[in-house]
Amino acid sequence: MNVNEYSFTSDFWSIWIIVLTVGNILACWWLIRWSSKKRPGEAEAGDVTGHSWDEGTLEEYNNPLPRWWLWLFYLTMIFAAVYLFLYPGLGSYAGYLKWTPQDRYAKEMEAADQKYGPLFAKYAGTPITQLAADDNALKIGQRLYVNYCATCHGSDARGVPGFPNLRDGAWLYGGEPEAIKTSILDGRSGVMPAWSAVLKEQGVDEVTAYVLSLSGRDADANKVAAGKAHYATYCAACHGADATGNTALGAPNLTDEAWLYGGSPGVIRQSIADGRNGRMPAHRDFLGEDKSHLLATYIYSLSNK
Amino acid sequence: MSSEQAPATRSAAPEPQQGAAGEEEAYAKHKKVYPREVHGIFANLRMLGVTVLLGLYYGVAWLQWEGHQAVLLDLPNRKFYIFGLTFWPQDFFYFAWLLVIAALTLFYVTALAGRLWCGYACPQTVWTEIFLWIERKLEGSRNQQIKRDKANMTPAKFRVKATKHFIWITFSLFTGFTFVGYFTPIRELAVSFVHWDLGPWETFWIFFYGFATYGNAGWMREQVCIYMCPYARFQSAMFDKDTLIIAYDEERGEPRGSRKKGTDPQKAGLGDCVDCTLCVQVCPTGIDIRDGLQYQCIGCAACIDVCDEVMDKMGYEKGLVRYTTEHAMAGVHTDIARPRTIMYTVLLLALTVGLIYAIGQRLPLELDIIRDRNSLYRETPQGLVENVYTLKIVNMDKQAHRYSLGVAGLEGLELVREKALIEVPGGEVFTLPVSVRVDPGVLKRAANEIEFTISAADNVKLTRTETARFLGPVMAR
Repeated sequence: MNVNEYSFTSDFWSIWIIVLTVGNILACWWLIRWSSKKRPGEAEAGDVTGHSWDEGTLEEYNNPLPRWWLWLFYLTMIFAAVYLFLYPGLGSYAGYLKWTPQDRYAKEMEAADQKYGPLFAKYAGTPITQLAADDNALKIGQRLYVNYCATCHGSDARGVPGFPNLRDGAWLYGGEPEAIKTSILDGRSGVMPAWSAVLKEQGVDEVTAYVLSLSGRDADANKVAAGKAHYATYCAACHGADATGNTALGAPNLTDEAWLYGGSPGVIRQSIADGRNGRMPAHRDFLGEDKSHLLATYIYSLSNK
Repeated sequence: MSSEQAPATRSAAPEPQQGAAGEEEAYAKHKKVYPREVHGIFANLRMLGVTVLLGLYYGVAWLQWEGHQAVLLDLPNRKFYIFGLTFWPQDFFYFAWLLVIAALTLFYVTALAGRLWCGYACPQTVWTEIFLWIERKLEGSRNQQIKRDKANMTPAKFRVKATKHFIWITFSLFTGFTFVGYFTPIRELAVSFVHWDLGPWETFWIFFYGFATYGNAGWMREQVCIYMCPYARFQSAMFDKDTLIIAYDEERGEPRGSRKKGTDPQKAGLGDCVDCTLCVQVCPTGIDIRDGLQYQCIGCAACIDVCDEVMDKMGYEKGLVRYTTEHAMAGVHTDIARPRTIMYTVLLLALTVGLIYAIGQRLPLELDIIRDRNSLYRETPQGLVENVYTLKIVNMDKQAHRYSLGVAGLEGLELVREKALIEVPGGEVFTLPVSVRVDPGVLKRAANEIEFTISAADNVKLTRTETARFLGPVMAR
């Protein structure tokens, strides 16, 4: 008997369960044998037992059950014995068939892959730009999207703070079909460092003012000027001198109206002071190349009609 | 059943085996019942029931209707075709309704006419009747069967038995095949059956249902009615003294006794019962109807048919065993219209008319609204509050429709849409993610009720309105 990895630390509970299970089956066997015997003082078969209800109008008879009924009872015991021999059930005994739910899961996944894999593989060879005109491919893509993406990006793909809008044409890592597919397959990790320690309170305020001015919003002119100097020193390396971002790093364009974490002055200030950590998980092992291809097609189609 | 007949229960109790084993004597060995063949009006009625019901069961599966199988319960695609109607899982309500009507009909018929169901229409009776017929064709009459079963096994006996079981099993498997044919298109099933490339579940159910047919109609027979059937046990609750039952006229029949033909029973001090025991020999559950009303009696009226024949031969009046009521037997007027039958009639009529009306008014269009749960709401760059919903538009019609979508319930509510009309092919579920926007200034509460309405461009009657929640911030006043 093996002590398997998820069982208790001692053999006691395993033995306890084995004793209880086997004991119960034996007790059932004994009970049915015992109760099949006639007892002294019992009514003859076919006679009234003397129990009566409803002012004596309802009487109980000692009518024998059919013999096959008894066989059914023994049959359940034989079934139990065979089952406990073949499958895990007796404590930590793994069963003759070594059946595990993990194996079963793996087998079913494999069967599903074999059955449905060709459906997805059919589209794998077509370039995304071409596939985006295929209604069926988009339908499959949409269903995949609802299953795997909508929880974060929203059913309408317009995102929520921290999870990008996929319809607005603003791409952190580039909107080319291959870039989208790479984001899905390998994930992305976008890090904005926290600047409060370097810039201090006033510096953060000034950079905030400058960032607001980049997208054409009103800001204190003095602060904007001071902020511009800080920007050139600390921010331009990633966001670019013209602040249009860098898709190689995932640094957002600061001159448009798309704001991953929100565009109000307070939120922008928070992004600068405390930094941000964006993470898109990788789906290569989970979804595979073919499904990701269809997903990328659907997402590409959202902003390229 | 009422008290007067209670002692009769004894007669049907199988004799317990006083075997040497001793320990199993509390259980009775099964004694095979050999029902004698019977002819007569009720036997003919049962044969008619058997023919019509089995004809429907084996025949309807092959009917086609507007390009699909007339009756097909397509579980993988969750569509249930019944002639011109296509039901969806959303319509299961109607099925429950139908079952209620079926149950009430059974109660109604039982209260009025006793166990008509058991005697003429129950699958157990219907299939047993066919199995008995096959058995008689191969093994001969009741007496021949009893004699053969007592005799030692000979090649001839083996041949007869083997042929019988072979035919039974073939017929059972065909029954199982037909059953599966209501769930998998039977014409395709027949092709895969011939090439023997059935799916694992199809194979399982063909054999399972085949085994059940063979076991129940070939071996279990009356045991199913006596020990297993719940209806047999609770039908007594629907019986009263005005319910039609099969009864032996004790007053007329007793004292029973055999006699020479032409003897005047009155002079011999005998009743009309000649004690030929034919009523016992024809009984499919092996009881003696002369012991009174018993729960084992399935109301098949075989004893009436056979007794009438005997009465005819003896020159006595028919109906020594007959359909009657306890009240009629006691000389009291039998009431057909009594509170329970009136109630059943009213209920059944109301439910049936209601169901027909409901199915007639059924709208082949469903709208489900699922609100996105990942965030309560979001703000657009324009400062509007936006909620996201996934709409499931279920077009249960056979043809495609183009639907317009509207939303109402808040001032200035705006639907973000790509196309004005949404086209959904017939029999499809269309998933449509939509965003709804509003100026947060109009929100008086955090949760507001809004309404989505879809309506078919080609048919105004095809309109569904469903409510949803719109969440947003309440701006300080």
